[in-house]
Amino acid sequence: MIQKFADWLIYGIVGLNPDSHLGEAVNFFFYDTIKIIILLFFISTLMGIVNAYLPVDRLRHFLVTRKLYGFQYLLAALFGAITPFCSCSSIPLFIGFVKGGIPLGVTFAFLITSPLVNEVAVALFLGTFGLKVTLIYLISGILLGVLGGWILEKFRLEKYLSPWVRQIQTQSEQETEEWQTEKIAFKQRFPTIVKDAWGIVRGVLLYIIIGIAIGAAMHGYVPEGFFEHYLAAEKWYSVPLAVILAVPMYANAAGIVPVIQVFVAKGVPMGTAIAFMMAVVGLSIPEATMLKKVMTWKLIGIFFGTITLFIILLGYLYNIFL
Amino acid sequence: MEIKVLGTGCASCKALYETVLQAVKELGLDAQVIKEEDMMNIMSYNVMILPGLVIDNKVVSKGKKLSLTEVKEILSNR
Repeated sequence: MIQKFADWLIYGIVGLNPDSHLGEAVNFFFYDTIKIIILLFFISTLMGIVNAYLPVDRLRHFLVTRKLYGFQYLLAALFGAITPFCSCSSIPLFIGFVKGGIPLGVTFAFLITSPLVNEVAVALFLGTFGLKVTLIYLISGILLGVLGGWILEKFRLEKYLSPWVRQIQTQSEQETEEWQTEKIAFKQRFPTIVKDAWGIVRGVLLYIIIGIAIGAAMHGYVPEGFFEHYLAAEKWYSVPLAVILAVPMYANAAGIVPVIQVFVAKGVPMGTAIAFMMAVVGLSIPEATMLKKVMTWKLIGIFFGTITLFIILLGYLYNIFL
Repeated sequence: MEIKVLGTGCASCKALYETVLQAVKELGLDAQVIKEEDMMNIMSYNVMILPGLVIDNKVVSKGKKLSLTEVKEILSNR
């Protein structure tokens, strides 16, 4: 239906030739933009509903007060996935968890998954690669948090936290404070949730349009095989190369997915592309500088190193199984 | 009345600060609006998702980029 609309608009009304590069690129751009905005709006609304009932304070309370026998990593990662992520909140979240007496590894599980899995990434993946790849991405984003958190806990890294954070940690008390539930009926809440969802769409709209425009431009113009030449499957080093190139870079999911789509269309294996994306979204120099407020460089190094290694492994795994 | 906007300088934190200033002006309140950027102080309010809004040392909103109407409503109900 959207494709028909895009065809009608671009080829019928604007009058571009469907066989030309320009026509194809512009059509692709319109089709993708409309589809992704619709998906993003629905997924944001859905996550907004979940979030209204499971705010992060409630999660912290739950993690602190229950014995979970290892499931706390999964829970933290799952909550990282559904909590709307703003990079400015990563430090307060980190401190909030540490202060509540939540183990460092569990905190890391949350911190790893949070930027990787969010409404924007899910909407873009669904719109671009379909359900199967989206599920694989979702599951591996959560798995990365669980495994990463679990391993990092084993390293006993508390001593590498910044001194003031260590102090908070030693003074952490099992908070018994109840989270305040907002007892508002769903009917009254829903308009706010929809409005917030639209706010999310509006907030990333520009990035999405720029990302899709870049994607569309490359779609129409960059010759097949251009990327394949550099990041092809046969080369054993393509996954680590893609990941290591991506770690310092930062772009949010909105900007990066359309570019990944072109990579894949041009012959870069899916695994290499997803690994590239995870490294761009999950780890970056801006994040490292922000974490510096609460961690020593050594801890940031161990954290980044471990996650980089896992992302590379995931990339190889995908290339074998996808 | 003392109003604090908790935020480390991200876009939505700045936006909320501006909105609060606007709301105070429009309502003609006698209020002191402070932008709290220090992480230690922010953490003392137990807010994990920014931006946060604190009125007379009581957290009234966290993690929401409130609209002008919403801020006005909160302020008028104090």
